[in-house]
Amino acid sequence: MFNLVGNYSLIFALIISLVLTFFSLKNYKSNNNLDFNIFVSISVQFFLIFISFLALLFAFVNSDFSNLAVYYNSHTTKPLFYKISGTWGNHEGSLLLWLLVLSLFTFIFFLTSKKLLNSFRSLVIFFQQIIILGFLLFIIFTSNPFELILPIPNEGLGLNPILQDPALAIHPPILYLGYVGSSIVFSSSLAALACNYVNNIWASDLKKWTLISWTFLTIGIMLGSIWAYYELGWGGFWFWDPVENISLMPWFCLTALLHCTSVLEKRSLLQSWTVILAICTFVLSMSGTFLVRSGILNSVHTFANDPERGVFVLIFLAILVLISLIIYFKFDNSDKVNKSFFLSKESAIVINNWFMMYFLAVVLIGTTYPIFLEVIANEKISVGPPYFNQLIIPFLIPFLLIMALGPKLDWIKNKKVQINWKKIILFVLSILISFLIARHLGSKILYLTVLISVALYLFFISIIDLKNEKLKSSQKISHLAFSILIISIILNSIFSEEVSVNLKTGQERQVSKYLIKFEKISKVEIDNYTSLKAEIEVSQSDKKLKFYPELRLYKVPETITSEADIKTNLLNDNLVVVNYLKDTDYLNIRYQKKPFMLLIWSSAILLGIGGLLGLRKNYK
Amino acid sequence: MYGKKVKLRFLFLFLILIVVILSIYLVLKSLEDNVVYFISPTEIKELGEINYNKKYRVGGMVKNNSVSMSADQISFIITDFNNEINVKFSGVVPNLFSEEKGVVAEGFLKDRNFLEASKILAKHDENYMPPEVKEALKEK
Repeated sequence: MFNLVGNYSLIFALIISLVLTFFSLKNYKSNNNLDFNIFVSISVQFFLIFISFLALLFAFVNSDFSNLAVYYNSHTTKPLFYKISGTWGNHEGSLLLWLLVLSLFTFIFFLTSKKLLNSFRSLVIFFQQIIILGFLLFIIFTSNPFELILPIPNEGLGLNPILQDPALAIHPPILYLGYVGSSIVFSSSLAALACNYVNNIWASDLKKWTLISWTFLTIGIMLGSIWAYYELGWGGFWFWDPVENISLMPWFCLTALLHCTSVLEKRSLLQSWTVILAICTFVLSMSGTFLVRSGILNSVHTFANDPERGVFVLIFLAILVLISLIIYFKFDNSDKVNKSFFLSKESAIVINNWFMMYFLAVVLIGTTYPIFLEVIANEKISVGPPYFNQLIIPFLIPFLLIMALGPKLDWIKNKKVQINWKKIILFVLSILISFLIARHLGSKILYLTVLISVALYLFFISIIDLKNEKLKSSQKISHLAFSILIISIILNSIFSEEVSVNLKTGQERQVSKYLIKFEKISKVEIDNYTSLKAEIEVSQSDKKLKFYPELRLYKVPETITSEADIKTNLLNDNLVVVNYLKDTDYLNIRYQKKPFMLLIWSSAILLGIGGLLGLRKNYK
Repeated sequence: MYGKKVKLRFLFLFLILIVVILSIYLVLKSLEDNVVYFISPTEIKELGEINYNKKYRVGGMVKNNSVSMSADQISFIITDFNNEINVKFSGVVPNLFSEEKGVVAEGFLKDRNFLEASKILAKHDENYMPPEVKEALKEK
């Protein structure tokens, strides 16, 4: 039943998509008001896709194993919450979610853009329909979530237990909201170019959408990172893994775009650049989905693995890029003469834009180089974290400095360069503090010291700026959050400690300054897994901490996962993760001390809040 | 000969060119230093020269009955069914690490028969095999 409903809704949505493509183009040419037909079609299309998504959701909740996707990814003993999240925990379902968000955003765009030019609106809808059409074809023909299986199995294969986690359950939808939001940014830019509508009214609408996708992308990346931190138990939150990089690249682009739209809104500059960034963002989001889903990337996060699907997305992507290139070169009538002076707000933004592009290039090269090398030379390599650290960290120094000074410069030309004693004192103070930290560590790394001082400087400046009423609250909050994020990440990487040891029950052992004692292990049966809870005591001089890390033995599919026991306080995270090997009586124990983790998460949330605040201002 | 504006523009372009060249150089240099090559135990035997200061990733299957544990390390043998290599590792192995399963160990080679691993990689999915391992096994 569900399968039938879901499948037919998709097919009808496809037909509507074809109709809409035609209507919107006709509407663009005749330059009429958007007629009622378009409104009805868009709403019905969204409704149909929503129905189809609900159908899949019900199939998952009711464990309808006649559905192939449900059979592969679900199981009757799975908790309800994970049955629901299982809907998008697989390739087919996640694409349906992409499509759902895509049509939702198109619908919202239609409703909120009434004040804008008509031909522009119909063209945006046209481009959105092309994207929707591509996704519908892709879903129906290569990854249909409603494929049937006969005879109907009694039991499913279960969802990979490592995915059964609250953070990961909401991570894909949030991330997709970010990715898909960039589709509107893309369509809107192309349409604006073609209608010669690249102006400040358009920019403020574009800014709204950019902010939406940026906020969701920021939160989405953070959720993924939280999941990696406590579910994988590696004790880190960022590994420069290809799949992580893929989500970071559109973020760089969006951040740059966000600042450009401000310039365009206020000064009508950087038109072409804004359009290029908008196109890049969407292409990066799309290729991100493609690379992750096709299994081309060799990553620890790769779940799906099907190169044929990849080919389809690649062709689709190529078509989109081609269309955007044609439109760009046909319609772009390049920037007016740049009347800015070197010392101005817009040049600060432009300079940091270039730094963003540099970071993007570094990550892009580091992520795709192994793929190219394998295709060309059949050599298999991986690019390690040192590459990214070496190339990105030093350049953060000027980047942060400009971030601290830029916002207070005037537009066009900063008239007087005042020497502000407060700023200088703050600067000296930042250097002093970071020097003290470095001395305390005996650190030999000079640039880290410099980096800490500029990050601190940005922090102090942002704190003072909180009271400055000339600046926007979203900008103040986000810059403050970013400075806290950078500071806590640096301090975290400097002060992290880790020891590991193998012990039998009752044994204890001194490893560097920690005494680790494995007291006992107890076994409990829970719903769909067996839990082995170890009791481990870590003591350092007179301080004692007890940890209860857990091993979960899942039956379907037969997998073991480790659940780290994390003790969080304001300054430090202490965590113990254990593993055991068959046929040995040793327990594999790792104790880690990670400073400022709470600060990292909260600053990332604050960054997102900053984005939301920007949205509120826009609606005023 | 040229106006001030043209001269300035030339200077600007020249600066950009230098910056671009410099960053390309930096990226390439850093890539060269930080790339980790993936090799199979057989390829280690065939390697002309081993760089003992460079990290390698060795992939294959964990040999049956080869895993042993002591208080501070785990040792096992990676095999591609033609050749094998001894691996020592101190730290926590991934959940999916087990005998007769695919594994990738990253670390420094001590000699042609011995790798001191600093990282053991295994995948999320128990049916999943790293593409490199699949290929290394196919080649046998």
